[in-house]
Formats: sequence, C-alpha cells, structure tokens
Amino acid sequence: MVKQLISSVGTGAISFCYDVGNFTLFFAKAIRTLFTTRLKLQKTISQMGRIGVDSLSVSVLTGFSTGMALALQSYIGFKRVGGEQFIGSIVALGMIRELGPVLTGLMVAGRAGSAITAELGTMSITEQVDALKTLRINTRQYLVVPRILGGTLIMPFLAVFTMICGIIGGYVVCVHVLELSPEDYRQSIQSYLEMADIKGGLVKALVFGLILTWVGTYKGIKTRGGARGVGLSTTQSVVISSIMILVSNYFLTKLLENM
Amino acid sequence: MEEKKNDLLVSASHKVLKDNNEKVAIKIVNLKKRFGPKWVTKGVNLEVPAGKMTCVIGRSGEGKSVLLKQVIGLIKPTEGQVIVDGVDTTQLTDSELQEHYKKFGYVFQFAALLDSLNTYENIGITLIEQGMKEKDILPIVKEKLSLVNLNEDTLYKYPSELSGGMKKRVGLARTLVTNPKIILYDEPTTGLDPITGHVIHKLMSDMQTKLNVTSVVITHDLELLKYADYVALLYEGKIKSFCDAKTVWESDDPFIHQFVRGEIDGPIQSEIATGKDKF
Repeated sequence: MVKQLISSVGTGAISFCYDVGNFTLFFAKAIRTLFTTRLKLQKTISQMGRIGVDSLSVSVLTGFSTGMALALQSYIGFKRVGGEQFIGSIVALGMIRELGPVLTGLMVAGRAGSAITAELGTMSITEQVDALKTLRINTRQYLVVPRILGGTLIMPFLAVFTMICGIIGGYVVCVHVLELSPEDYRQSIQSYLEMADIKGGLVKALVFGLILTWVGTYKGIKTRGGARGVGLSTTQSVVISSIMILVSNYFLTKLLENM
Repeated sequence: MEEKKNDLLVSASHKVLKDNNEKVAIKIVNLKKRFGPKWVTKGVNLEVPAGKMTCVIGRSGEGKSVLLKQVIGLIKPTEGQVIVDGVDTTQLTDSELQEHYKKFGYVFQFAALLDSLNTYENIGITLIEQGMKEKDILPIVKEKLSLVNLNEDTLYKYPSELSGGMKKRVGLARTLVTNPKIILYDEPTTGLDPITGHVIHKLMSDMQTKLNVTSVVITHDLELLKYADYVALLYEGKIKSFCDAKTVWESDDPFIHQFVRGEIDGPIQSEIATGKDKF
C-alpha cells in the first residue's frame, strides 16, 4: 500500500517535471526561432487581428460591466465614511492596475487561447503539422511564433480598451445612477492616477498575452488522441493559462511595486 | 560475435534484391520503437530497392505507419538505423532533418491538406514559404496538378470543397513540387471507392514510370500489388517476408499466402483464432 503510494507520487512528480521541462523547452525554442529565422510578418499581423480585434467586443463588454459594478461597490463603502468623491480614482486605479489586464487576460485566454489550441490541436491530429515538416516548413516559425508574438503585442491594446470602458462604466453609474458630480469623478482620477499605474497595467497585459499564447500553442502542438484529445487540450489550455495569469499577477504586482 | 549478430540482422529483402541485382535506396537496420511499455516495431530489417515500388502490407495495428514515419524522421526510433544515401537519418538534428526531407515526399493517409489554404497554396506552400513570386509558382503548381489529372478549376478550391480522391491527388501533387527521389505513401487508397482507388493506383504507377522515383507504399489494398515491384509483410513488429510482387499470389511463404488470401487459419494469428482483439 505504502509502496504503491510512493510509486504513484514518484510517477506523478516525474511526469510533472517532464511536462514543465517540455513546456519551458518549447518556449526557449520559440524564442530562438524568433531571433534566428525571418519573421512571418503577415501571419503575425493576421494573428493580432484574430486574437485582438476579434476579442474586442468581449473586452469592451467585460470592462464596461466591471467598471459599473466596481463603482457601485465603491459607492456603498465610501458612503459610510463620506468619501464618495474618491470613487473615480478607485475605479480608474482598479481597472488600470488590476482588473483591466487580468480580466482581459482571462477573457482572451477563454476566447482566443482556446481557439489557438483547438486549431493547432486539430492540425496535429490530422497530420497537418507533420505534413508541414515533410514539406521543409519550420513549424515553429510558421505556426508558433506568429501566434505568440501577435498575441503578446496586441494584449496591451485590448487591455487599454477594457480599462477605458471600465472607467466609462464607472462614470455612467456614478453620474447617471448615483447622481454624483461628474467633476468629482474626473478630478479624482486626475489627482490620483499616475503614469506608472498605466505602465504597470500594460506590462501585465503584455505578460498575460505571452502566457496565454505560449500555453495555447504548446497544448495545441502537443495534442494527441483524436477529437477527445483536442477537447482535453483546449480545456487544459484555458485552465492552465487562467491559473498562470492569476498567480503571475501577484508576483508582477509585487515586482512592479518595487520598480 | 559481432559478425554473427550482423548476420542475424541481414534482412529478408537483402537476398531477393541481391539476386535481382537491385540498388538499395533505403536500408532499415534493426529498427525498434516503443511507446510507453508497448513495442510497436520490434527490429525491422528491410532494404528498399531504388526506383521501384515496394508495398508494405500487414494487419491493422502492426505499426506500418509508425515504420514509415520513422523512415522519414517524423518519429524518432528507440533503437536502430535508417540509412539513406549512406547517412543514418536517425542521428540527424532538427536542421539536418530539414535537408533530409528534400529527398522525400510523403503522401498522408487522409492527404493532410491544410484546411485554411486553397489547392494552389497547398501545392505551392514550400515555394511560397521560400519567397518565390506567384507568377513563378503558378506554372509549377499547374504542371503538378496536370500530372495528377486535376484541372485548373480546382486551383482555388479549399480542401472542404474537394472529394476524397481529389484531396489525395492534391496531396500527391504537393509532394511532387519538391521533386523528391523517394515517395512514401501511407495507405493512399483508404476510404476511396474501388474506381477512384484504381485511378490513384494508376497515377502512382505513372509517377513511378515518369519520374523514376523510389516508392514505399503502406497498404491494405491488394489491388495495388499489381502495380508494385516488391512486397514486404510486417508481422509482430518485424518484416516476416519479402518477395517479388509478381510472385505474391503464388508465394509459398506461409505468411504471404495467408495474408493475401485473407485466411483465418495460418501463422498470422487473428483475433477470431485467438479469441481476443489484437488491442
């Protein structure tokens, strides 16, 4: 019984280390490919469109509704201490430093990250990736790098939309629902928001874009086992990306705070 | 001792090819592949004659496709060698493999055309990625398309708009773009009706004659043996028999005899005879 337990823990640990090693190696090879081969610019731009532009409506909606809810929640708290004039800064700081990049990351991981995995996974199981190899096409240069680079570069732009929509959502609630002064809302943002907050939010979005495309392409290329395999990889891609985004968010916040 | 070991590894094909004075294009030596605890190929020894069509037959799940993928380098063998032009391809790095692929064309079981590309892009993808201009690529693509008896109407159609037989032909045209010396076919007629299957057989035979390439064909389709030069039978992860394709129906080899006639009783164990599925 104990021997079996030790054996299964050991097997699990080895398998985990193997997966982490492969995952890291995959990224290292992608980076090497980025710097040693010609960039497929058209494909990268096309991926920016598919990952970014196509996720715009989701980001806008997420940002707007989150900003509205945040304003309402802040109002309930601030009303007790008479600080309603600070709602604007709380919404802006919350959206720019935290919620904008994190929610954009999670939404894009669910929408575009899963699509990347499903697409590459289907290509893997239908031997399209093998076909590219036999045709002497560098699959990392052709399939992986444009997705990782395109997704990483477009994420800050998407996050900006989420942030702005969040602030607008907060404004709508404050001014039209709670009937607070629009001047207070604007003034509060201007007084407390710094350039470093915006930079921090954009850096986070960049890192989250990298995470979700890295996981999405890795899981897609490594897909095995038919339609069930594609489904499994897609689910794993979203779960792993989301966890990595949430965990890395803490460390990024800590890191950016000290910079 | 080492000499004795090498003698044991001499393939069944070696003697036949030596008797027929054939040149060897691919030499497979003691090729083994393991997936987890399961050995798929258990020591394949095979010599493939240059400029000829060799069919590899065997039961489903014997590892024929795995063997073919090891030959081209898509799957790394656990042990053994694949020697092409004096080079052991199992030892090549990723970048060396890219060069090695120049010699090969690979026709996939279900064509493996890229869904997002049309026929022109699928056939010309290697040239497009090399940076050639469309005006230079188009005549080449059209030429390859006519070689596989497809007209220009299909040029801008997507794989979803093509029939199974057309997809296979586009897949074949795609491999011909790089003018390979060796073409590997993975069950080229699977899923096709007998007439379309016959068209593909004829096409493969024509390619063989026109381009003088070396062909290795994994197949269950015994009709194709009419067009083949040699037949190898894979059983229990090893090449059990190798013979001239013309003699395949009269072969006294018990494995070949049983397989081509589809008999249940014989040295090849069937699931009915053993009372269990192969897997």
